[in-house]
This record gives sequence, C-alpha cells and structure tokens, in this order.
Amino acid sequence: MHTSTNSVSTSPPHEPRNRGSEGATTSSRINVPTRASTEDATEKIRIQNLSLFYGKAQALFDLSMSIPRNRVTAFIGPSGCGKSTLLRCINRMNDLIAGVRITGQLHVDETDVLDPHLDVIALRKHIGMVFQKSNPFPKSIYENVAYGLRIAGVNDKKILDEVVERSLRRAAIWDEAKDRLDQSALGLSGGQQQRLSIARAIAVDPEVILMDEPCSALDPIATAKIEELIAELSSTYTIVIVTHNMQQAARTSHLTAFFYLGKLIEFDSTVTIFTNPKVQQTEDYVTGRFG
Amino acid sequence: MAPEMHTDKVYEAELSQLRDRLLVMGGKVEAAIAGSVRALTERDPALAEKVIAGDRDVNRAEVEIDDMCRRLLALRQPAASDLRFITTALKIVTDLERMGDLAVNVAERALDLSHSPPSRPFHDLTELADLSAMQLAKALDAFVERDVKKAEEVIADDDRLDTLYHRLFNDLLAYMMEDSRVIRRATSTMFAAKQLERFGDHATNVAEMVVYMVRGTDVRHPGSRGG
Repeated sequence: MHTSTNSVSTSPPHEPRNRGSEGATTSSRINVPTRASTEDATEKIRIQNLSLFYGKAQALFDLSMSIPRNRVTAFIGPSGCGKSTLLRCINRMNDLIAGVRITGQLHVDETDVLDPHLDVIALRKHIGMVFQKSNPFPKSIYENVAYGLRIAGVNDKKILDEVVERSLRRAAIWDEAKDRLDQSALGLSGGQQQRLSIARAIAVDPEVILMDEPCSALDPIATAKIEELIAELSSTYTIVIVTHNMQQAARTSHLTAFFYLGKLIEFDSTVTIFTNPKVQQTEDYVTGRFG
Repeated sequence: MAPEMHTDKVYEAELSQLRDRLLVMGGKVEAAIAGSVRALTERDPALAEKVIAGDRDVNRAEVEIDDMCRRLLALRQPAASDLRFITTALKIVTDLERMGDLAVNVAERALDLSHSPPSRPFHDLTELADLSAMQLAKALDAFVERDVKKAEEVIADDDRLDTLYHRLFNDLLAYMMEDSRVIRRATSTMFAAKQLERFGDHATNVAEMVVYMVRGTDVRHPGSRGG
C-alpha cells in the first residue's frame, strides 16, 4: 500500500464511502469545534521534518505535525510564513513550480505523498482543493461538478446525475442551482461559485479537502455560508484551511497551527491558541501585537 | 501588560484606559472601606455619611467599566491575554461594586453605633479591618503588576481573616452573655465584622481572577471540577 493508486481502487469515485451522518438533519450535523473533539481523532496526515527550498532559499524549516482525521485544521500566520506553501505540499501542487526541493516526509494515511513515483493525478482525486479565487470552468454548472467523474471515465448519465445532485446538496448550493444546471457557472455570484468549487471538489469523493483562503474574496454572508459548510463537511472530511482571517480560523477550526518565517511556532486546539497560547510569538500574533 | 505594544495604538490605549478605570474604582473602594472602619472605631457619623454618599461613584464606575468591556469585546474581538484581561475586568468589577456595598453596610453600622454609648475596644475588629483592606490593596497590586505570587498570597491569607472573624464572633458572644445591655451594640459590631469578612472573600475572588488572567488557569473551587 505504498502509493495512492491502491486506495483509489478501494473507493471508486462514483461510489461514495459510507457516510455515517448521511440523512441526518443539517443542524445536527454541524460540528461544533470543542477541545474534547480533538482528542479522539486519529491521524490523517503526518508531516515529519519537512523542509522546502525554492532554489537555495529555504521556505519551510523542519516541520513536524500530525493532522487529525475528520477535523478542521487551520494554518495561520503573517504573509510569507509558509502556510500556503505547506498546504500545497499536501497535494503536490508545488510540483508545478520550478526549482522546488522538499526534504522530510509527508504521509496521508499510508500514502507517501512525496514519493517521486506517486501518481499525482490519483493523489489529487483523494485530496481536493479549493482556492482563494473560485475558478469555475466556462461550462455549465452540471458539467463543472461532473468534470472530475468524466475525467475518471464515468459517463453513465444516471450516476452523474446522482453525484452532481448529491455534491451540490452537500455544498449547500443545490436549491440555488437546481433550476439552472445547464447554464454557465460563470453566471453564479462569487459566493455561489465558491460553493460550486467545493461541490466540484467533493464530487470525486476525496478524503481531504485543502482550502487556501476560500473566503477572502467573499462578503460576510457568503463567508458565513462557506463556514457553515466547512463545519458540516468536517464530520466526513479532513479539512485543512489556510486563512488570513484569525476570527475565521477561530470560528471554523478544531486545531490551529501558527507559522512564522517558515517555522511551525505552535500547534494546539483552537480554543487554546485563542485563549491561552503557550508561545509568546503566537500570543503576539493572535492579539494583534505583531510587526 | 504584555511586553509588545499593539500594532493598533488605539486598541492599546483602550485597554490601558480600562485598566486605569478599574484601578480608580478599586481606589474608591479601598477609601470606602478604610473610611467606614474609621467611622466605626472613631465614632464619626460625618465620615460614615461621606462613605455612604460616595457609593454612587463606585456604582457609576461599574456601569462604565461594564460598558467599556462590552464594546471592546464587540469591536476588537480580543484573543489570548487581551481576552483574559477583559473577561477578568468584567468579573472584578462586580466584586468591587459589591465590596463598595459592604463598606456602606459597615458605615451604616458606624452611624447606628455612634448614637450609642461606646463599647469596649475589640482589638480583633481593628485587625480584621486592616487585613481586609490590605487584601484588596494587594489583590489590586497583583492585578496591575500581573503578579501571580502576590495573588496567591491574598488567596492564602483569607484563612487569617476567617480565623480573626470567628475569634471576634466568640468574643462578642461572651461580651453579650456577660451584660445583656450591650446586645444591640454588640450585634451591630458583629454585623460590621461579618461585612469585613465578606469583603475579604471578594478580595480573594479578585486575586483568583488575576491568576486566571496571567496564567490562563482557573484556580477557583479546587476539587469541584471533574478532570
């Protein structure tokens, strides 16, 4: 079970794993972050002594952390602290940048993510990503969500219909989109586009969802909808979110990691980070005494 | 306060203004308890009246500080030590206001006793008064200096207050049994002593909140919390 291709076969994209909470009411599925909830979680992502270099410049320094399954973990820190760079290591997005060298280890379950022979396309099926700027394809709403499945060779209309509806429902955009599925996704508002991006990410039934500043271009109401969605999805997905907005980290995450100048300064339950952090640099950052 | 200054100077100024207001209020309560005890021991009705009238300032300070805290919470969304400082201020202010009321109660007894013939002096009453006033002064120092050690001394010294109060209680009881004519006076004195003992309890509350504010750990009610 070295590469992710094995686990791909155990979980075809059109057959979702058993979601324990499926069918429950929305409100009962909302996962309120608490200190206790971080304790019974098992490890999903293991990062060991990870360093990253852009040419000769080192951007990440000997990072080690364990990110729990089915929890929301937030990465916070000032610009240039390495939080997005680390996020992009998790699904090998840094491969796209020339001259990047990574040392150390990064595992998602048993998959050695940094293995040069790894099937990166298969990896990204398991690790979805939502970006700061929503990026719908210039296609219909339906095709945007179905895209990942079509790539994977699924063309059965019945399965596609099912997955599109289920994904849009889970991403809390079904009611707004159901009567215009064949219309261009570019006609949706920013907040709707971002929820569509989340629907597209979950259509291929990933295990991990990475979010890089998912709300920074959205108004407060659209932001609240995404945050509610994050809370709901966290019962079935492992979510890692990078955010500049500390209140957002406080509101949405179970655990918070604070990075500064490429180093992991402190990683603890979100309640601890925001009420009683142990490291002075974290204290200075969350109270606004920085720089 | 925390070693670094806020990036936002206005926020920094608001926090230090809140601290200053609390200290001014604490100073008023210190003066009130000292005044009421002096009115009691020196049989000074004018001073007692002054303490009673001064309570309005303490009450107004409570309302203003509460309002400042709510505004800071709503507008600044404080975190970590700032959050602990502001929530501590919100709790301390309630204790201080109550301590002001207790000083008024003592002043009212002083007023009552000033119309009666003098009792024999009770050494423990003076000591109880001095110690409870000192407990507040020390708790406020601990708050300003973020001094956990000093706060813990306040918490530990509450036992001394309790001991003094119980000794005085028995002393007054014996005094009443010897001579039933003093019952009214002695009961008033006993009531005043009880107020001083309660005053000390509130000083302990302040000290406990200071420990929380500095360390982030709650030292109240040991043993009553599971885990």
